[in-house]
Amino acid sequence: MVIPWSRTPDYGERVRMTDPHLLKLYKMHVIRMFEDRCEALYREAKIRAALHLSSGQEAIAVGTCSLLVDGDVISATYRGHGWALARGMSLRQAFGEILGRTSGCAAGRAGTKHFGGLELGMVPTNAIVGAGIPIAVGFAMAAQMRGQASVAVAAFGEGATSQGVFHEALSLASLWRLPVVFICENNRYSEFTSADVMNPAHDFGQRGSSYGLPTATCDGMDLQTVIDEVGEAVERARNGGGPSFVVADTYRFCGHMTGDPQPYREKSEVEKWRLRDPIQLYSDVLRQAGVRDVDLDGVKDRAFRDVEEAELAASADPEPQLSEIGLGTPSWSPAMVAS
Amino acid sequence: MSNDTIISSREATYAVAIAEAIAIEMERDPSVFLVGEEVGEFGGVFTTSRGLIERFGPERVRDTPIAEAGFSGVAIGAAIAGMRPIVEIMFSDFLFVAADQLLNQAAKLRFMSGGTLKMPLTVRTTIGVTGGGPQHSQSLEAVFAHLPGFAVALPSTPADAKGLLASAIRMDEPTIVFEHRGLLFTKGDVPKNEHLVPFGHAAIRRVGRDVTLVAYSRAVSYALAAAETLALSGIEAEVIDLRTIVPLDLETVTASAVRTGYVVVVHESHRNVGVGAEIAASVSEAAWGSLRAPVQRVCGLDIPVPFAQTLEGAWIPGPERIVQTVLNSLGDRGLISST
Repeated sequence: MVIPWSRTPDYGERVRMTDPHLLKLYKMHVIRMFEDRCEALYREAKIRAALHLSSGQEAIAVGTCSLLVDGDVISATYRGHGWALARGMSLRQAFGEILGRTSGCAAGRAGTKHFGGLELGMVPTNAIVGAGIPIAVGFAMAAQMRGQASVAVAAFGEGATSQGVFHEALSLASLWRLPVVFICENNRYSEFTSADVMNPAHDFGQRGSSYGLPTATCDGMDLQTVIDEVGEAVERARNGGGPSFVVADTYRFCGHMTGDPQPYREKSEVEKWRLRDPIQLYSDVLRQAGVRDVDLDGVKDRAFRDVEEAELAASADPEPQLSEIGLGTPSWSPAMVAS
Repeated sequence: MSNDTIISSREATYAVAIAEAIAIEMERDPSVFLVGEEVGEFGGVFTTSRGLIERFGPERVRDTPIAEAGFSGVAIGAAIAGMRPIVEIMFSDFLFVAADQLLNQAAKLRFMSGGTLKMPLTVRTTIGVTGGGPQHSQSLEAVFAHLPGFAVALPSTPADAKGLLASAIRMDEPTIVFEHRGLLFTKGDVPKNEHLVPFGHAAIRRVGRDVTLVAYSRAVSYALAAAETLALSGIEAEVIDLRTIVPLDLETVTASAVRTGYVVVVHESHRNVGVGAEIAASVSEAAWGSLRAPVQRVCGLDIPVPFAQTLEGAWIPGPERIVQTVLNSLGDRGLISST
C-alpha cells in the first residue's frame, strides 16, 4: 500500500501498516524513542553536542507533516528531530548525522541542530531562533511566482515570536498573500524561562491576527485536533487563500537541552502534563475506535526495533574523511566561477 | 545593417550599466528577480533599477517594506527553491540589520546541508564616503570576506559594474556586489549586450615597474591619480584593480610584487583587520624574497566616517596620502628616481 505522505520507503514497506492512523502512532513512537536513545548516547558522551529534544511535542510535527505533499516544504528549528522524522527522514540518516557519520543527512557537517534535506522537502533546521521563518516565506514566494500549488510551513516556538524577523516574515507573507502556514509550538518555555515571564501579552494568536492572518489556537497534544486546524490552514494556502497562523499549545517534557537541571519549574507540573502525553492520548483514541491492544503494542515494538537497528547501523557507518572537509563550501577557483 | 550590430559598446554610466545587467539577466532567465526597498516604482534610490518594473512587472521587480532581515530571508528561501533573487540593500550600513540572514543563513546553508543545497543569491549594496556621515558611509566588504560563503565584488568601472553583476547573478553561490555611490554617474565604455566579467581575475589598470598599487572600487581612481603624480618624479606605478576580493587574484598581485619589489594597498574602508592586512600578509608569504620594503596600507581612518567635508577629506585614502606613502616606502630609491 502506498501511503501518500510517507516519504521514506522503508517506513511504509517495513512497517507494512495498512492503516494510516497506526502509521502516525508509529511515527510519534519513533520520534520519542529516537530522542530517548539520543539522550542516552549524550550521557555516554557518544554524542558531542547538547541536544534540544522535543518530547511532548510529537503530535504537532506528525500531524502537520501528514498534511503535506511533494513540493511542500517545512522550515523548523533546532528542536527539530521530530519534524525531520515526521517529514520522512530515515532513522539511519538521523542517527548518522547526530553521531557525525557520512550517512547523516548533511554527511556529518551539521549535527543535531540542522536536520533537513531538500529531497525531504525540508530546509535544514535553524539554530538561530526565528531565522527559519522568513526562509519558509521565501519558499512560498517562489511557489507563488511559478504558479505552483505548493505550501511552505514555518514551525517555531513561542520564544521566536519575540524576534524581529518573525514580525517581518508575517508582515511580508500577509502583504503578498503567500501560501505559508505559520505554526507556533507554544511549549511554555523559552529556553530556561517561562513564557509567562517573558511576554507582555500571553495570547500568541494575537501576533498572527495583528498582521491580518487567519489565526487558530489548538490543543497541540491532540493529534487529530492538530490535523484539523493545520489542515484548514494548509488548504487555505494551497487554494490561494494566503497565509495562516496556528498556535499549538503543548508542553516540553524535557529541559531546554540535555543536562538542563530545570530549576525553573516544579516536577509536579511536568507530571501533570505527562498525563496529556500525545502518544498516550492518540493510543487511547485508537483503542476507543476499536484498535486492539495487541496492534498498538505491535506498533510500539516495531518502532523500538527500527530505532535500535538504525542506531546500530549508523554507529558502524564511516566518519567523514579529512580530505572531504570542504564538502559544501565553494571552491573559488576562477575556472569554477567564470562559467 | 543597423547600428546595433555594428556598435558593440558605447559610453554609459555605472548606474545605467547596473540596470542593464539586471535587465539582461531577467530577460534570459525567468527565475531572476529583484527585491528591495524602492527598487520598483521609484526606480531605485540610486537609479540602478530605472525602467525595470515597466518591463518586468511588480512581481519580479518587487518593492518591499523597510525590513532588510525579512526580505533577505525571503530571498534566501526563494534561492533554495531554485529562483535567482537579487536583493538590494540600499546602503551597506544596513547590511548589519540583515546580518543574521546573510551571514548565518545564506553563507552557511549549503554547508549545513552537506553540500546539497544551492544558494544562487545576489546581494547588491552601495558604499562610499560621499557625505553620508557615520551610518551612511561604511564599506563592509571585509566583514563579508572574513566569513566563508560569499563571493565579494567591488567594481570600479561601468563595464565591470555590468559584467561582475551579471556573473554574480549566474553563480550558484551567494554573492555580494558593492556598488560605489561616488561612481554611479561616472562614464565609461560598456558593452551593449551580454557582458560577463569573471570573479577572481584582477585587472592591471596601469603598467609600471617601480611600485605596485593594489586597490578596488573607487580607490582605483585614487591609485591612478597618485600614479600620475609619481610619474612626474620618474616613479612608474603599476595599478591593480582587484575587482573581487573573494575570490582573490593573488597570482596577479604577487607577479607584480615580484617585478616591482614594493606594494601599497589602498582601500576606502577601515584599515584595522581589513582587506589590506590580508593582502599584505598574503603577498609577504608569497613574495617575501622579492619585497624590498614592508607592504604598506593606505586606508580609511579607524574612526567612524565624519560628516564635515574637511574631516571627511582627511578620512579618505586619497592620492596625496598614497603618493606620500609610496615616497616613504621607496625611501632613497624614490629620492634618487625623482632627482
